[in-house]
Amino acid sequence: MDKARTSPRRLSVPDTIGLAFVALLLVWLAINFVKGPQEFVNVALIGLTNGAIYGLVALGYTLVYGILQLINFAHGDVFALAGLVASSVIVSVLGLDTGSSIVVIVGGLLVTLVLIMSGFALFNASIERIAYRPLRNAPRLAPLITAIGMSFIVQNISLAFYGVDYQTVPNFISRSPVFEVGSVSYSWNKLTVLIIVVPLLVLLTWFVTSTRQGKAMRAVAQDTEASAMMGIDVNRTIGVTFMIAGALAGGAGIVYLLQFNMRYDTGFQLGLIAFTAAVLGGIGNLAGAVLGALTIGFIEAFNEGLTWNAPGSDWTRTIVFAILILILVFRPEGLLGERTPEGA
Amino acid sequence: MSSVAERMRAVAAERRRDLGIVAALIVLALLYPTVVGSLQSLPLVGDFVPSVDSMVNMVVFTTMAVGLNIVVGYAGLLDLGYVAFYAAGAYTAGWLASSQFSQLDAHLGDVGFSTGTPGIHVSMWLVLVIAGIFTTVVGIAIGLPTLRLRGDYLAIMTLGFGEIIPQFVRNGDSIGGFNLTNGTFGISPIDSLGFGGIGDAIGLPDSFRQSAERSQWFFWTAVAILLVTVFCSVRLRDSRLGRAWVAIREDETAAGAMGIPLMRTKTWAYALGAFFGGVAGAFYASFKAGAFPADFFFNISVFLLTMVILGGMGSVWGVILGGMVLGYLNVEGLATIGSKIQDAGVNFDPTKYQFGIYGVIIVLMMLFRPAGLIPERRHKIELIEGVHDTPFYDVQREGTLTDRDASDD
Repeated sequence: MDKARTSPRRLSVPDTIGLAFVALLLVWLAINFVKGPQEFVNVALIGLTNGAIYGLVALGYTLVYGILQLINFAHGDVFALAGLVASSVIVSVLGLDTGSSIVVIVGGLLVTLVLIMSGFALFNASIERIAYRPLRNAPRLAPLITAIGMSFIVQNISLAFYGVDYQTVPNFISRSPVFEVGSVSYSWNKLTVLIIVVPLLVLLTWFVTSTRQGKAMRAVAQDTEASAMMGIDVNRTIGVTFMIAGALAGGAGIVYLLQFNMRYDTGFQLGLIAFTAAVLGGIGNLAGAVLGALTIGFIEAFNEGLTWNAPGSDWTRTIVFAILILILVFRPEGLLGERTPEGA
Repeated sequence: MSSVAERMRAVAAERRRDLGIVAALIVLALLYPTVVGSLQSLPLVGDFVPSVDSMVNMVVFTTMAVGLNIVVGYAGLLDLGYVAFYAAGAYTAGWLASSQFSQLDAHLGDVGFSTGTPGIHVSMWLVLVIAGIFTTVVGIAIGLPTLRLRGDYLAIMTLGFGEIIPQFVRNGDSIGGFNLTNGTFGISPIDSLGFGGIGDAIGLPDSFRQSAERSQWFFWTAVAILLVTVFCSVRLRDSRLGRAWVAIREDETAAGAMGIPLMRTKTWAYALGAFFGGVAGAFYASFKAGAFPADFFFNISVFLLTMVILGGMGSVWGVILGGMVLGYLNVEGLATIGSKIQDAGVNFDPTKYQFGIYGVIIVLMMLFRPAGLIPERRHKIELIEGVHDTPFYDVQREGTLTDRDASDD
């Protein structure tokens, strides 16, 4: 399905401004790189790690949006709750600690992953069943408003069980570097994130492209009514989509926990960043979500980590939302989305 | 089929009912400060009677909810960043009626000061109007780029602005070395409303904050602002512009085809909603004597949205009811209920779960009574029959999950 690109060779004004802005950004990065190459690479590695976490959360937004055209506001809070529950599993149930042997750590992490991912797959699917399914034929804003309500409910579930304190796990994965080149280092606990995220992405890609259920998901995303006529169980397919999104949020919660402390409201902020990543890549597009998440991860890390003329962490949120607003105004289909006649 | 005459009679009856409600509200409002003491000393229910100060809070938030209702209820544009307008109004008051810019010394009809106090001090009454106008400009600036987007994207976009503005305010203590917003400390004290020297002559307070009846004067002013807002809101609803909003809400494509200028009409909804948010924000800043960045979180936007949904989208009286009920829970109700529960020996603090409670209200209302407690007739029909809200400006109808390959076609 190759649509003929309606845009001619000539660049429009917003395109020109956008390209000029990107060029400026690259110049700024280059100057920073020249000023401190090792620091730059360190910061980039942080960006890669965070981007991978954002990617898992962003995929949840994009999967659900692709199939329901719903911004699932509660997704970020599901991610936070998953991380908090994971902290209980790791600390209280499994008792992983800095002294644990490597076999115990790997085994423990796998058990946690399986427990949390399956648990939150069901949790997310039940949110859909209770709150979104009855509104399938309501005006478009009704499910979105409900999703905002759900977001606050899930956040308060976290608050009820974990209070307002930050939860953390002991550094049972060593902070020692995997490799060191000069002052550039990459620690084991950052690598763990990639070790968990990359297989999940491979698994998801395989599921969506090569299984019957994956094909059903793509069909429902393209045309719900036609899919129903072809005998696809639409409700089940949507339920499965929410399960996958919930499982990914669970995985993201665990890898986030390995890096940072978490609190009941961690999810709101991170969810918005991840949603921005999904929009940046082109909402509904899986590869786009990951690409957008890595981009946002890098932007955030460079903003907070570089020293030469970086706005700094005070402005991170503003920068992320400015990106969101600019993308929505000038290129709503995102980086990898398709142009539609109405969106031109 | 109802005849035209019948319909006219029905409209007249509706108008009489509205006037009756207004008259009753005004009487209650005027009497409240005088009877609040005796109400609070009643057995059993006395503890649940809000103080006059709490009433000011409730009325201010209700005013904002009525303003938000113009955007969400009439025009059907989900605005999740309404708190930005509240912030804009509050900071306008901070700039024009405090000692924030102490390098200047400008006075214009301010009250309760001796001349020579540094800073800009404009009369608070004038500031209310200026704040409204400034916020309208902000609303238009936010609206122009965003309003061509589809419903859910618009919501996210307004949320983005709603998050950017507080951060700007928090970091605005050194913009190129200039202290614009005083950072995390906020701007305080902000001047009080008052009648100045003219008021003194006829026995009205010079400055509300310095008078003995501080609360009741603020309360009456708040009620006056609410009444003006409600009046404008009702008149707008029945105007040509209001009918255009409803048309856009129900079917944007058809409305556009009928010659309604979509962008202009939507921007008007935004601008007018912003105006009332700004006025309420400036008044609230004067009441609290300060504008603090910690007041402008996303939660407030959702809180106001909950008022609109609980009362009934598009229904002015419903929104007032929702606003007063939730406003009461917010300032006093939950705390009072909480202390009652504590007295009964159960360790549960509902104020901690305030927003969870609002979340539950939103979800339950949406599932079981989406048109609200006092539904507006058209909204009810829309929710039963559905509206044709396919977007005029769509991003991507067929969300591709992956690149489609030829074998699937």
